[in-house]
Amino acid sequence: MRKMWKGNHAIAEAAMRAGCQFYAGYPITPQTEVSEYLSYRMPELGRRFLQAENEMAAVYMIFGAYACGMRSMTSSSGPGFSLKQEGIAYLCANNYPAVLVNVQRWGPGLGTLDSSQTDYLRDTRGGGNGDYRVIVYAPNSIQETVDLMYNAFDVAEKYRNPVEILSEAALGQMMEPVEFPPFKERTEDLGWTFDGTDRPHGRIDNPQKPDALRAKVAAITANEQRWENYRVEDADYVFVAFGLPSRTCRNAVDQLREQGVKVGLIRPITVWPFPYKAFEEIPDTVKGVISVESTDAGQLIEDVALAVKKMCPGNVPVYGLFSGQKIPKTKEIVAFFGGVRSGETKEVF
Amino acid sequence: MAVLKKTPTMVSIPNHFCPGCGHGILNRLIAEVIEEKGYEKKTIMTLGVGCSCNMNASWNGDKIQCAHGRGAATATGVKIARPDLLSIAYQGDGDAYVIGLAETLNAAYRNEPITVFVINNNNFAMTGGQMSWTTMPGQVTTTSVHGRDPALTGMPIRVPEFAATFPDVAYVARGSVHSAKEINRLRGYVKNAIEAQLNGEGYALVEVLCQCPTNWGMSVEKSIKWMEEEVAPYYTLGELKGRRK
Repeated sequence: MRKMWKGNHAIAEAAMRAGCQFYAGYPITPQTEVSEYLSYRMPELGRRFLQAENEMAAVYMIFGAYACGMRSMTSSSGPGFSLKQEGIAYLCANNYPAVLVNVQRWGPGLGTLDSSQTDYLRDTRGGGNGDYRVIVYAPNSIQETVDLMYNAFDVAEKYRNPVEILSEAALGQMMEPVEFPPFKERTEDLGWTFDGTDRPHGRIDNPQKPDALRAKVAAITANEQRWENYRVEDADYVFVAFGLPSRTCRNAVDQLREQGVKVGLIRPITVWPFPYKAFEEIPDTVKGVISVESTDAGQLIEDVALAVKKMCPGNVPVYGLFSGQKIPKTKEIVAFFGGVRSGETKEVF
Repeated sequence: MAVLKKTPTMVSIPNHFCPGCGHGILNRLIAEVIEEKGYEKKTIMTLGVGCSCNMNASWNGDKIQCAHGRGAATATGVKIARPDLLSIAYQGDGDAYVIGLAETLNAAYRNEPITVFVINNNNFAMTGGQMSWTTMPGQVTTTSVHGRDPALTGMPIRVPEFAATFPDVAYVARGSVHSAKEINRLRGYVKNAIEAQLNGEGYALVEVLCQCPTNWGMSVEKSIKWMEEEVAPYYTLGELKGRRK
């Protein structure tokens, strides 16, 4: 039966259902409810919760535990997630899995708590030192958050690469009806983990690292792109939006369709790997593509422009609606589209 | 009867420490105690960044390399995942007491059931001999070229003394490798620090004063003399917190 759950509580419970045995984190708004919930839920289930001294310590606790094969996760928001980047870089360099949650807050996040998507470029580009990518899921509902979290550990272990759930302040704070999957547990040995016997850990020697990373990126890019297309097949204009802006964007598509305007929506569910395949459905007659995002100066639009360059013939213009520290309203998207169609609004790419 | 003493398997690979360095002595003592306890295949060593990185090539046992300063946090995660194994963090003073001071003290404060060994050689040795919080007053390093001035940079830090004040901590000691007598004493500290974890008593920290002839710019002989005369009087040797049991 579906019940009302707050986003941050739901993502924490979903991690439990997915078999997470250890959580380490540090309080930061707007993700603190993840820690609060797990602080009592995990002991209830006989699992370990640890309130760490700082963000870096938390990620290295996960690093140590997952090196030994224990399903582990950490969570944070904007600036706290920046502090974790050294450890995330190191998880990637060592090919250790991990599950990470970032409930984004706007801008540098120092003094501001508004909902936004301003961590997009950092999180989809690796974000720290060295060359790496984290598999990033960007849900747009609490149910989808739960469903993505349920598979996150499996995907992380399959590729030996961290998986991140990229949430947003409002998505973490709001409530929606949710149905949880049953509890599951991975009991088999991953084969490479540390057990004291000094067995091979699948460590890749430095000269082979570039080839190994390219192979990993190619496999993830081929297999893990996820998206949802809505009324794209005959669209003259296509919106691209993920997370909460995709919900108002979908409303805008419906409203414009009612007016007889052929528009559609591509909603990336994975933002890395970016779902290039979603753009295959765009008709060759498309007149423009519009990135709709809660950023200040445009971040998602860079991936949209690359996808359009690759997938659409000719020089299709790419426009950007950047709503800053708020989710763009349906009427704002419709109004922005009016400017695009009249030629008043200029393309970004 | 002649007693044949063989090299413990965990230090059976030639190490990469500089000639005259004291790290190898501590490596050997830890290896001896682990072997004595039958934990060669039940130990995970978390290596910090600094000269301890050299043990990636020479420590013949399971080892995790973590980033600079994060040894105690990583070893904490290891112990949580595998409470049945011996989780050791092996670090230097720059690693554990400067950049990783938060992780080191917080692990001690929470009484994480891990064993931490810290080599204190009074400088950042791997990067070529910069000033550390443990650098002695007047000591010349590449970032204190006229000698460390405590008025500007503080007096050398004494972390074990602070860690020993946390009420639950199981065992804290400071040893040295500058003489046979001190090495024998240190072996006892190493044993206590490992036994404290194996018996579930809690957190253990052993700091080890160690010569660094390369970066001190001294002969081994002069290094040992300087340790005796300058370092050991400031960094009091002995147990700072004994085991309760």
